[in-house]
Amino acid sequence: MALVGESGAGKSTLLSALQSQMKNKAALIPQDLGLVNNLSVFHNIYIGRLNSYSSVYNLLNLAWPQRREVGKIKPLVERLGLVENLFKPAGELSGGQQQRTAICRALFQGGDAIIGDEPVSAVDKHMANLIMETLVEKFTTVVLAMHDVDLAIKFSTRIIGIKDSAICFDQSTINLTRKDLDFLYKH
Amino acid sequence: MGKSFFKPDPVISRPQNTSMVRVSLMFVGVALFCFYFADISITTHDPWLEIDRMIAGVFAPDFLATSAIGDALLKTVSFAFIGVAMGAVAGFLLAQIFHFRVVRLLCSFVRSIHELFWALIFLQMLGLTPLTGILAIGLPYAGICAKVYSETLDEAQTNALQAVPYGSSIISTFFYVRLPEVWIHIVNYTTYRFECGLRSSAVLGFIGLPTLGFYLETAFNEGNYSEASALLITFYILIATIRYWLRPKLIGFYLIFAPFLLGGGADIQVGNITRFLTVDIVPAPLRESSLLDASSWIEFFYWTASLINSQAFPGIIATIVLTQIALVVTGFLSLAFFPLISEKFLGKYGRMIGHLFLVVIRSTPEFILAYIFLQFWGPSMLPAIVALSLHNGAIIGHLMGRYSNEISLRPDHAKAIDLYGFEIIPRLYGQFLAFLFYRWEVIMRETAILGILGIATLGFYVDSALADIRLDRALFFIVITASLNIGIDSLSRYIRNRLRLSRTVQHHSS
Repeated sequence: MALVGESGAGKSTLLSALQSQMKNKAALIPQDLGLVNNLSVFHNIYIGRLNSYSSVYNLLNLAWPQRREVGKIKPLVERLGLVENLFKPAGELSGGQQQRTAICRALFQGGDAIIGDEPVSAVDKHMANLIMETLVEKFTTVVLAMHDVDLAIKFSTRIIGIKDSAICFDQSTINLTRKDLDFLYKH
Repeated sequence: MGKSFFKPDPVISRPQNTSMVRVSLMFVGVALFCFYFADISITTHDPWLEIDRMIAGVFAPDFLATSAIGDALLKTVSFAFIGVAMGAVAGFLLAQIFHFRVVRLLCSFVRSIHELFWALIFLQMLGLTPLTGILAIGLPYAGICAKVYSETLDEAQTNALQAVPYGSSIISTFFYVRLPEVWIHIVNYTTYRFECGLRSSAVLGFIGLPTLGFYLETAFNEGNYSEASALLITFYILIATIRYWLRPKLIGFYLIFAPFLLGGGADIQVGNITRFLTVDIVPAPLRESSLLDASSWIEFFYWTASLINSQAFPGIIATIVLTQIALVVTGFLSLAFFPLISEKFLGKYGRMIGHLFLVVIRSTPEFILAYIFLQFWGPSMLPAIVALSLHNGAIIGHLMGRYSNEISLRPDHAKAIDLYGFEIIPRLYGQFLAFLFYRWEVIMRETAILGILGIATLGFYVDSALADIRLDRALFFIVITASLNIGIDSLSRYIRNRLRLSRTVQHHSS
């Protein structure tokens, strides 16, 4: 499901309302990514499953990255091209790399659902396609706010258009074209 | 900030500037008034009697005078290391429960008592043992660290919290999200604290612990200035090179070895501790009579009244008089010192000399500076004023110099004295007052402690009471000193809030 509309229309507000209704059962990619700048990419991704282990194990893994966890996280970063930066602090990465880190964190967290606020805004077209494919493959429910209408049409099954803080469009994506959505961006 | 730069708002900016000037003039006025009462006489017959020998000593440091130098420095570092480590760990734990009022009060109480006073208290309980030195540093430092760590953690950015999955434990969330955000600030502050700890540890030698101060006092008493000079120079080098030898990876190594380097001491007698807590510190009139007896309480009242009247009151007056004078002189010296290290006023080589000068006087604890000046001029307020304002002026001058380097000026700016008066000072003045007001409480704490050297501040009465083995009186004066410090601290906070001075400077200066 994709949320489209001008910036400031209310996509983020709707997403956070949704997030609180999900009682935090969905993985989240906030607009500001929610990364801990001074922690490595590895640890930032590991945060996605902080609730699945004991505190003792978490602290152990913080001090000495456990081989088991590195083994689980490695395929994710390999897929999104972050493997060379695995143990670099997230704050030292480029915007696109940071975005991919946040996506890896959501993938590592897993579950059925993911909520993301413009998760591919800072990566190139090729990477954006790859990420969208991965998200759609790994999660049964994907709710994303998107600024790229073409990408939204390509990957979603349902599109919700938002204008002036109200839902003014809600349709299945089948047979939808870009022109059908243009009115959202007109004044 | 940006907005007011382009569009100065006369209604807001002008009254603030004039009120800064008004407050400054008020403090200068108070200092002049205090100066009238201050005893600044020179009591030695020939104040410069030893000066030529001393200067000769400074220029001919004798590093081989005694094998004691290495031992003195090793012990100074070990006491500082264990004391600060203890204070930092305890402070870190206390920071987690700092929102409880009782914890905040407790911390502000322990940090309002100077390390040397704590040392004197523990000396009575534990004797001249390493534990006395460690606790004397660790306890007040725990109070300071708790406050600063908790404020640092509160200021941490918490964007990342929303991405933490539901049901993660508080401990995991703390260590993965909240702590990493501020870790570097905590490390920097703790390093700064360690530098302070080295100075505290050195000064503890003056009450008999085997640190630098002990050897320094001996060298001075024997007129062995070459050795004193060698001791001080190695101490400066030690402080100036902290960042090279205080490496994260070496800390574990130091922690293992430091306890073995503290040296032995008298055995700790449990009897002494219990006697101290249950008998010695109980005010004399209440000691042997029943607490239900009204007459003992009446006696206690007279005991208190007479102590206040004959000793505490003059002590408080002297402490305040000295503090206010030292504060204002510190202000003037900081304004004079900062151009020495400022890119705006001096070239590369000039600044190097300026840095050297400021490093030397700010690395020398006030107590040691005062001790040296006292050798010349005898016990009056003069050596104390000079020592306090030199040391604190160098600290604030250093911080202001760094700030002045960040000011960007238009290309056709004024030069020299006009640059100083019209461009730099107006921009730095708020920062300057903020530093000075943060330093106010520190200056008062030091003022009280200089009494141990014979200047009639509160520390003098503490020291005399201890010499008479009247621990109840000593503790009474220490509590009064602590309350005075807490009072000055809140007054300083009130003035800072009124003048809207920035909050962020405190981590460098408290």
